[in-house]
Amino acid sequence: MAPVSGSDLADVPDPSPVPAEKPRGPERTSAVAGAFKDALVSGLLTALLFLPLVGFRASESSTGSLVLTYRFGLVAIFAGIVMVGRFLLMVTVWNPNRPPRRVSTTPGVMARLGALASPAVKPVFFSFAILYPFLSILLAGGLSPSRYWVDLGIYVLTYVMLGWGLNIVVGLAGLLDLGYVAFYAVGAYTFALLSTSVPINDFFAGTLGDDFWTAWAFWICLPLSGILAAMWGVILGFPVLRLRGDYLAIVTLAFGEIIRLVLINWVSLTNGGAGISSIPPITFFGVPFDSSETGFASIFGLEFNSMHRMFFLYFVILGLAALTAVVTIRLRKMPVGRAWEALREDEIACRSLGINTTLTKLTAFATGAMFGGFAGAFFAVRIRFVSPESFTFMESAVILAIVVLGGMGSQMGVAGAAILLIGGMELLRNLSFLKADFLFGSDFDPSLYRMLIFGFAMVAVMVWRPRGLVSSRMPTIFLKERKAVSGSLVKEGHG
Amino acid sequence: MAGESASPARESRAWDRNPILKVDHLSMRFGGLVAVNDVSFVAGRGEVTAVIGPNGAGKTTVFNCITGFYKPSTGRLALFHGGPATDAEVDGVTASGLAWGKSEAGALYLLERLPDHKVASWARVARTFQNIRLFSGMTILENLLVAQHMSLTTSGLLNPAAILNLPSWQRKQKGAVDRALYWLNKIGLVDRADDPAGDLPYGDQRRLEIARAMCTDPVLLCLDEPAAGLNPRESAALNELLLSIRREHQASILLIEHDMSVVMEISDHVVVLEYGSKIADGTPDEVRNDPRVIASYLGVEDEEEAVAVVEAGA
Amino acid sequence: MDVFLQQLINGLTLGSIYGLIAIGYTMVFGIIGMVNFAHGDVFMVSAFIALICVLLLTTVVGLSSIFLILAITLVVAMLFTGLVSWTIERVAYRPLRGSFRLAPMISAIGMSILLSNFVQVAQGPRNKPLPPMVTEVIVIRETNGYEVTLAYKQIIIMVVTAVLLAGFWYLVKKTPLGRAQRACEQDRKMAALLGVNVDQTIALTFVIGAALAAVAGVMYLMYYGVVNFADGFVPGVKAFTAAVLGGIGSLPGAVLGGILIGLIETFWSAYFSIEYKDVAAFSILVVTLIFLPQGLLGRPEVEKV
Ligand SMILES: Nc1ncnc2c1ncn2[C@@H]1O[C@H](COP(=O)(O)OP(=O)(O)O)[C@@H](O)[C@H]1O
Ligand SMILES: [Mg+2]
Repeated sequence: MAPVSGSDLADVPDPSPVPAEKPRGPERTSAVAGAFKDALVSGLLTALLFLPLVGFRASESSTGSLVLTYRFGLVAIFAGIVMVGRFLLMVTVWNPNRPPRRVSTTPGVMARLGALASPAVKPVFFSFAILYPFLSILLAGGLSPSRYWVDLGIYVLTYVMLGWGLNIVVGLAGLLDLGYVAFYAVGAYTFALLSTSVPINDFFAGTLGDDFWTAWAFWICLPLSGILAAMWGVILGFPVLRLRGDYLAIVTLAFGEIIRLVLINWVSLTNGGAGISSIPPITFFGVPFDSSETGFASIFGLEFNSMHRMFFLYFVILGLAALTAVVTIRLRKMPVGRAWEALREDEIACRSLGINTTLTKLTAFATGAMFGGFAGAFFAVRIRFVSPESFTFMESAVILAIVVLGGMGSQMGVAGAAILLIGGMELLRNLSFLKADFLFGSDFDPSLYRMLIFGFAMVAVMVWRPRGLVSSRMPTIFLKERKAVSGSLVKEGHG
Repeated sequence: MAGESASPARESRAWDRNPILKVDHLSMRFGGLVAVNDVSFVAGRGEVTAVIGPNGAGKTTVFNCITGFYKPSTGRLALFHGGPATDAEVDGVTASGLAWGKSEAGALYLLERLPDHKVASWARVARTFQNIRLFSGMTILENLLVAQHMSLTTSGLLNPAAILNLPSWQRKQKGAVDRALYWLNKIGLVDRADDPAGDLPYGDQRRLEIARAMCTDPVLLCLDEPAAGLNPRESAALNELLLSIRREHQASILLIEHDMSVVMEISDHVVVLEYGSKIADGTPDEVRNDPRVIASYLGVEDEEEAVAVVEAGA
Repeated sequence: MDVFLQQLINGLTLGSIYGLIAIGYTMVFGIIGMVNFAHGDVFMVSAFIALICVLLLTTVVGLSSIFLILAITLVVAMLFTGLVSWTIERVAYRPLRGSFRLAPMISAIGMSILLSNFVQVAQGPRNKPLPPMVTEVIVIRETNGYEVTLAYKQIIIMVVTAVLLAGFWYLVKKTPLGRAQRACEQDRKMAALLGVNVDQTIALTFVIGAALAAVAGVMYLMYYGVVNFADGFVPGVKAFTAAVLGGIGSLPGAVLGGILIGLIETFWSAYFSIEYKDVAAFSILVVTLIFLPQGLLGRPEVEKV
């Protein structure tokens, strides 16, 4: 039969490299023979799994009806890769004859390294974050060439901020929120709707000058977006926060979807799927970034460059992210923050101590939502266009993955995870070298594989480190010595 | 007063004269299962009241009703602050439909009408759990600070003074840490204040849970099998702790216990449950000599043997 | 009245499909207390397997008997989807059992993303339309030109659903496997001590759930005649809603919930607004969870202190 005829499938990660339990009897066959058998079985399994959807492809023929094309060679290649990989793993890492790893109750090496480095990590991270745009100019060789890197920095920092915001809900209070993107959407639409509103513009034009609203809309709407998102957090949270973990997760997911569907269908307000465009750009506290006499460049005696606005956006999101971090750090040391963490540890014990758990959960939900709202407003002013497409469940899943991968509760972990995941996904977008003729050819689209690899990485990371990158917890107060609490003692809450 | 009509023998009881908690005709059903069946008893102010009975007798369920975790099927649970309220006052609040009311001596609360966290924060009833429920991923000090949540949040959950870390807040927080230290001294865990609670040995966890409950400054402390799983030395330390709580903190204690040595040594009043019903109620001496208790609680048919067992235990 | 009757028929058909998917959610939740997020995508994968199988049978083998094609497709889809689900459990969920409770949930979300994008990469992002398979209809009544019809394929869907449900019902209630399942549901450790092979029981639960989802996938493909890689999410959430509405953990509840959701969706679309039909489904989910968390046929849950 025809060998590989579809060239767009080449890099699917193999889904079955896990050892089956081996009966550990005295008559255990030699490791190599066992490994060989295992490899054969997994290879066969892979072939079977891949046969229907990789081996065959339903392609559209010229007449529009579907015809089958065959790619059995591809299936064989995958089966072979899995077989070899499995065999190598079985004789090395998963070798049953290897002495079992010692089990320790003390924090693992990673955790201890993390604890050692942690006093240094934060200042280093923040200095780097502040210097980053200047470094990009240096490395990219000029203001304009650095656009890509500064933009990437803004993009990553937005997710750092969203991760920190959701971390309050999931990491500290232990409430699984799968609809966080709803608050991001509320923030974005609040700003988009208010800033493009003609009546408001006219109102201010009559009182404070023609340009007032365009110049100040963001700075006035930013707090409003946060407050409105927090209010939505309370409205949505109030009925659902008594639910147990998984149910809470599903209800929040449903709320997220409802909000998105309403945004799509309420055309008279939101302009539906077409979205809202021509949102006024950010200003330097009222001073526009344009080439006019009264623009930022002439006032500060600089030569006009559109990168100024980009730079400013970078520092605005850095400031917002820092605000999120500082507020969270402060709240953790307050009774309300301790109550959040206590709630994650044991809700029933909390109630026996007189803590109003509904109220406490609501504050966590609302605080998280508020930061989501800020981030949403920022998103809208950066892109200057909002549409329901930006607020899908995938977005919530990505933010949640950042929090969980980071190690719930740890701010540095979450920041690291955001950089890894978002930066990584961005890198995948740029794998254009794979299009070279000797690799996959020019009709190969690497960005197709982005989400595939993302999903695979999510599973792999969970299996590898279920507790995330930084699993230990720092106490909020100490008498003599601040010692990290091992992740194995920290609970994950009811959801 | 209603007390007047009672028999002279009952009148002399300290707990009847000065009750802190009155349980009236409490019943709790789970579907068809009657876990607690029309139980009435009184816990005296400043006393240690023990609730004993075989496994499954309904002791924990009574506790869960008192502390608001279960809503009783029927019955009234009246708790008195300050001093005992008259029956007329209790009936008045019951009829008013409210969960609490003022009495001449102070205030009275109908616990069956309060949600669990308000039982703790308003009525000031604290409890421990049969299966220890510490915040195991938080340090011992943090556990004791969470317990002071109520007194630390009197000016709101998001108190600006706390957000800005003003001196007034720092003083308040210092007071809370001092209080935690006081209790840590009492249970001998000062050196481990910065360790996670989940790392403590079992006996220490039990005592930490009691200290945590005491940090809420309760008027009634409910302990569900505090001596379960303790060795004799730890058990003795526990007795000491409980007695000192009663002496120095004017807290009344309601205690579920299996260990007869603890019961006999520290309790003033014993209530015996079996299959959800009360079968005896009196001083430790009276209960220990009650033939029904001997027969049922100890599960021994031969009465004399039972007495011997009890006395050996005491 | 005629519109009502027609919507009733349509709703029951749709409801059968939701009910079949819902069983997978409910069984997995019952046994390991986990919302198998990837189940909707397993359903989508099964529809694609069915698509390939139908194409193979019609264009390559040249079968023309529609019933033979359907029967073979059903068996093939159930087998392969069962295998897919078994592998997923083995690779993505089993290593996480007993660890951190969020981990399997996140893993399942990752798996859901992985599956839909895998299909997108392997089969392409466009809709895959099949020529209509069973087109005959029975006209039940006709008034003023409005025909109330019952399509053969609707009959097939309802009959196949009923027969397979009865079969699996027997499997779960009357066989040692069913007993082992219920034992694991009650207390996994104890079941293991008493000699129940817990791992195998859980794996089989996943396989059965996937096989029923595959039946739903074949029916879906036959009914709508088109499938897309993104078709897992919304039916998945609706089926989950059905499971919750019926009382999660309860098999008859899942079917009842499925039928109710199907009916509500069709009636909502017919009488109110078709744009908001998904909003209606999600709202039912929210309202059920808030006001009736144990569902219609589930046991109420008392918090043990
Ligand atoms: N939440 C509940 N749901 C159903 N039955 C319960 C519940 N809590 C307790 N029970 C039942 O009530 C009875 C008394 O239990 P419990 O109060 O725990 O006994 P004890 O503490 O005296 O050992 C037992 O039969 C127990 O199974
Ligand atoms: Mg008990």
